Amino acid sequence: MIPLLIGIPAALAVLFQIIRNEKVRGYIVYAGAGIIMLTTVIFIGTWIGDGAQTWMFYPETEMIDHLMTVGDIFLMCLIIYLSVKHGKVLPIILSVAQTALVIYTEFTAEVAEGPHMMVDWLTILMCVIIAFIGGFICIYTVGYMKGYHHHHKEVKDRQPFFFSMLFLFLAAMFGLVLSQNLVWIYFFWEITSVISFLMIGYTQSDEAVNNSFCALWMNLLGGLGFAVAIALMAQLHGTLQLLEVVNIGALLPLMCLSLAGMTKSAQLPFSTWLLGAMVAPTPSSALLHSATMVKAGVYLLIRISPALEGNLVGIIVSSIGGFTFIMASMMAIAQNDAKKVLAFSTISNLGLIVACSGIGVEETVWAAVFLMVFHAVSKSMLFQSVGATENTLGSRDIEDMHGLIIRVPKLAYIMGIGIAGMYLAPFGMLISKWLALKAFVDSGNVILVLCIAYGSATTMFYWTKWLAKLLCYHIPRDTVKDVTRKDEYISMSFHAIVMLLLCLFLPVVAITVVNPIVRELFGNTHDVLSMSVLTTMAIMLVSIFIVPVVMFFISRRSHQELVPIYMNGVNEGDNRFFTNSFGGKDHLYLSNWYLRFEFGRRHLRIPSIIVATAVLVVGFCLVIGGVSW
Amino acid sequence: MAKVSKSPWLLHYDASSCNGCDIEVLDCLTPKYDIERFGVINTGDPFQADIFLITGGVNSQTESVVKQIYSQMPEPKVVVAVGICACTGGVFKECYNIKGGIDTVIPVDVYVPGCAARPEAIIDGVLKALKVLDAKQAALEAKGR
Amino acid sequence: MVMKAIYVILFLIFAPFIGGLLDGIDRIISARMQRRKGPSIFQPFYDLGKLFSKEMIAVNNVQLLLNLSYLVILVIAGAMLFAGADLLMVLFILSTADMFLIMAASSDSSPYANMGASREMMQMMAYEPLTLLVAVGFYLTTGSFHVGTIIQQPVSAVLWMPGLLVGFMFTAAIKFRKSPFDLSTSHHAHQEMVKGITTEMSGTTLAIMNIAEYYEIVVILGIFFLFFVNSTWWSWIVALAICFIVFLMETLWDNISARLKWKTVLYGCWVVTLVAGGVNILILMLDK
Repeated sequence: MIPLLIGIPAALAVLFQIIRNEKVRGYIVYAGAGIIMLTTVIFIGTWIGDGAQTWMFYPETEMIDHLMTVGDIFLMCLIIYLSVKHGKVLPIILSVAQTALVIYTEFTAEVAEGPHMMVDWLTILMCVIIAFIGGFICIYTVGYMKGYHHHHKEVKDRQPFFFSMLFLFLAAMFGLVLSQNLVWIYFFWEITSVISFLMIGYTQSDEAVNNSFCALWMNLLGGLGFAVAIALMAQLHGTLQLLEVVNIGALLPLMCLSLAGMTKSAQLPFSTWLLGAMVAPTPSSALLHSATMVKAGVYLLIRISPALEGNLVGIIVSSIGGFTFIMASMMAIAQNDAKKVLAFSTISNLGLIVACSGIGVEETVWAAVFLMVFHAVSKSMLFQSVGATENTLGSRDIEDMHGLIIRVPKLAYIMGIGIAGMYLAPFGMLISKWLALKAFVDSGNVILVLCIAYGSATTMFYWTKWLAKLLCYHIPRDTVKDVTRKDEYISMSFHAIVMLLLCLFLPVVAITVVNPIVRELFGNTHDVLSMSVLTTMAIMLVSIFIVPVVMFFISRRSHQELVPIYMNGVNEGDNRFFTNSFGGKDHLYLSNWYLRFEFGRRHLRIPSIIVATAVLVVGFCLVIGGVSW
Repeated sequence: MAKVSKSPWLLHYDASSCNGCDIEVLDCLTPKYDIERFGVINTGDPFQADIFLITGGVNSQTESVVKQIYSQMPEPKVVVAVGICACTGGVFKECYNIKGGIDTVIPVDVYVPGCAARPEAIIDGVLKALKVLDAKQAALEAKGR
Repeated sequence: MVMKAIYVILFLIFAPFIGGLLDGIDRIISARMQRRKGPSIFQPFYDLGKLFSKEMIAVNNVQLLLNLSYLVILVIAGAMLFAGADLLMVLFILSTADMFLIMAASSDSSPYANMGASREMMQMMAYEPLTLLVAVGFYLTTGSFHVGTIIQQPVSAVLWMPGLLVGFMFTAAIKFRKSPFDLSTSHHAHQEMVKGITTEMSGTTLAIMNIAEYYEIVVILGIFFLFFVNSTWWSWIVALAICFIVFLMETLWDNISARLKWKTVLYGCWVVTLVAGGVNILILMLDK
C-alpha cells in the first residue's frame, strides 16, 4: 500500500507534464484526487482491520537508499542551477553543506538497521489530512486556475507545471509522514522545501522570485539543522531512527530537529517566508498553510515532543512558539489584506501548536493534535473562499468584503464558518486553548500563560472585525457576478461540512483519533480529558448551534417595521447615502480599525525577529555548551 | 400594561434655535431641576426615544431632518415644541428661509412658549406630554385588540 | 445535583431582578452624588416595561435574532457558573456571547453602531487577558477550574490573589459599562456617538439587550463572589456584602472619572493586567 500512496500522486505529477489539454487535465485531477482519497481510505481500512497496531516496514532498503542519495544530489544541483541563474549565493552554500553532510554520514557512519517506515495513529491522521484536504485543494485548483489566468493576463500560463507540483507535494508529504528513518524523512523534507520554492515563484515576477528564494534559504537552514541532527545521531548514537531520537533524548540533535521543525512551520524569526509565499496563486497558499508544508514542521515537533518535556530544548521551543503566537496575532490586527491576515493567523496558530509540543506533556500534545486538525480544515477553507472571493470581486482587501453576505452569500457563509472555526467558542479551538492554558499553568511557565492570555485577546480582535465586516447587511453599490466554479464550491462545501461535523462529533473525534495518538506517543492509557468535560463541551456546542436557529424562528414571528438607519436625520433613503454639509449626496463608507501605528508590522517585525533570534541563539549556545537544566 | 409615562426618554433636536432654549432644556437635567426624577433620560437616539423635543423654527434645511427623525421613532410618540420659535416661528416667522413652527412639518402635541422657555415651563410641558403619551398608548392598544 | 439545579433556577429567575435593582440603586446613588434626587429604584423595570410595549421597529431582520442569541448564550454562561462548572469555560462562553452583540451592532452599516462595535471589540481585547488570568489564579490557588471546588476551600482565594482582585476590579468597569471605560456605549445620556453599540436597537431589542446586561452584572459579581467565599457559612454573607461594595465602588468611579481614549483604555488595562495579574500569577506559581 505505501508505495501506492506515494507513487500515485508522483505518477500523476509526471502525467501532467505530458497532458496539455486543459479539459482532460481537469478530469485527470478529479480522478487523481479521488484515487488518492480512495487509496487512503483502503489503506486505513486495512490498517484498522489489522487491529490498528503500529506497522514497521522495510528494514532492508539498500537500493532505495542509493536512489535517495541520487535524489538528494539532484535537488542540490537544481538549487545550485536556479540560484546561479538568479544570482543568489546563500541557498547554494546551505544546500551543498547539508547534502555533503548527509552523504558523508551515510557512507561513513555505522548505523544500526531498523525499519524505514512506520504506520501509527499520528501517521494515519496526517494521511487523512493530506489526502482529503490536499485532494480537495487539488480539485479546487482546477476551477481556480481558470479564473486566475482570466484575471491575471500578465502571468504566463504554466498550469501543467503547477499541477505537477501540487501532486508531487502530496507525494512528498505522504513519504514524510510515513517515514521513520531520518535520512528518508530528510529526503522528503528537502523535496517539500524545493517544491514550495518552485510554487511560490510561479508567477515569476521579481517579487515572487525574491520571496521564493527567501523561502528557500530559510527552509534550507532548517534542512541544515536536520542534516546536523542526522550526522550527530549517526556518529554519536549509531542510529537513524526517529523513535530512537526520542528515546535517547540527546539535547543537541533534538535542538537541531526543532530548528528544522520551526523553520518549516514558519515560527519567528523565520516567519518571513510564509508571508512572502502569499504572492503565489491561492491554492498553493492553501496547500502550504493547511495540509502540507507547515504541517510537516509541526508533525516533526509533535513526534519529538515526548523528549522535550521539561528540558532546555523544550523550554526554548515553547518560548518561541508562545512568543510567535502573540506577536503574529498582534501583527495580524494591522493587516487589511485577507491573505496576509490568514498568513499571520497561521503563524500565530502554529505558534500555539509549537508551544504545546514544546511543553511535551500529554495534555499539550493532545491540544496540539486537536489544533492541528482544526487548523488544517478551517485554514484550507478560508484560503479557498478568499481565493474565490478575489476572483469574484477582483480584490482581497477585507474592506471590500463589506456586506459580502448580500453580494456573494455562499462565499460569505463559507468564510464565516471558517472564521468561526478558527476562534469561536463552540468550535475546537476553544477546547485546545482551554487544555493548553491548563497545561501551561501546570508546567509552571508564567511567560507562556501570559502569552496565551494576551494572544487569545488579540486573536479575538482581528477575527471578530473581519467577521463583522462579512456579515454586515449593506446593500452593495454594484452587483457582482459570482464566478466561482462548481468544483471550487464542491471543495469548499466539503470543508465546511467537515468543519461542522468535527464540531458536532468533537467527543468522538477526541476519543477515537486524538486519544490513541497521545497514547502511542506517551505509552500510557489515561485519558486527557475526562468524559464530563467532553459532555459539557457537547452540550455547550449543541446549545450554541441551536440557539441562533431557534431564535431565528422566534424573531421571524414578530412583525417588525423596517426603518432607515440613524444618520442624524440626513439619511438619503437606502442607508447608503447621506446629505453632506454642502447639501450634496455623499456615499457612506465604513472602515475597520487596523491600529497600524500601534500594531503595524513595521514596528513589531524587527524587534520580534531580534528577540526570537536571540532566544534561538542563546538556546543553541546553552545546548552546545552542555548546560544542564 | 406598563405605562409609557413611567419612563419617558426624550430626544432633543435643535431645528434652528438660537441655543437659548437648548440651554434651558439642558438646565432641566441639572441638580436644581433634575428631570430624571420622572425617569426622563436624554437619549439622543430616535430609536429609543418617546418624546421628541424640538427647539427653534423649521427652516428648509432642517425640514427633512425633522421628518426623518420623527419617522424613526417607534409608536407611541409625542412631539413637544419648546420656545416660541418652535411653536410659531417667533421673530423669524417672516424670514425667507423659515417655514414656520414645528407643526408645519410634523404634528405637535404640546406647545411650550417663551423666549427662552423657562425650565419650569419645559418640565411642565414634558409632564403634559406624558399624559398625551399615555392616551396614545391606550389608543394603540385599543386598536391592537 | 439538586443544589446545583436550585442555584441555576435561582439565577435564571432572580438575576435580572437583582441586576435591575442594582442598576436602580446605581442611578439613585449617582444622582445623590450629583446632589440630585434621581429616579425611583424601580426605574429600570419601568424602562423595561415601556420598551416591551413600544412598537417594533428595526433597521433589519437579523438584529433581534442576534440580540436574543446574545441573551441566551450569556444566560448559559451564567447558568454554568452557578452550576459550579468550569470557570475558564464560562469565561470563554461569555466572550462568545459578546461576539453576538458585536455582530448585532454591526449587522447594519450604521456608522454609530459600527463605531460602537469596534470599540466593544477593543474593550474585549483590553479585558480578556485579565479574565483568563483570574481563572488561572483560581486554578493555581485551589487546584481546579471548577467553581464547585473553588467555593469549598478552607480559606478564601483572595488571600492568594489580591493582585488579581485589584486587576479584576479595574477591568470589571468595562463589563459594567462604567466610566472611564464606557467607550462602546454608556448608561449616561447623549454622547459623542449617540448610543454607540445600541444605537440601532429599539423597543424589544433594546429591552433584551438590557436584560442581558443585568444577567451579566450578576455573572461578574458572581466571579467577585468567588474571590471571597470559602467553606464556612458566614463567608457567603461577607462575600455578598463585599460584592455589593465592589459594585458601589464602580459607581463611585463612574461618577468621578471621565471617559478615556481607547489607547489609554487598552494600554491601561494591559499594563494593570501585567503588573497586578502577571505578578500575582508568578508569585502563585513560585509558591504553590
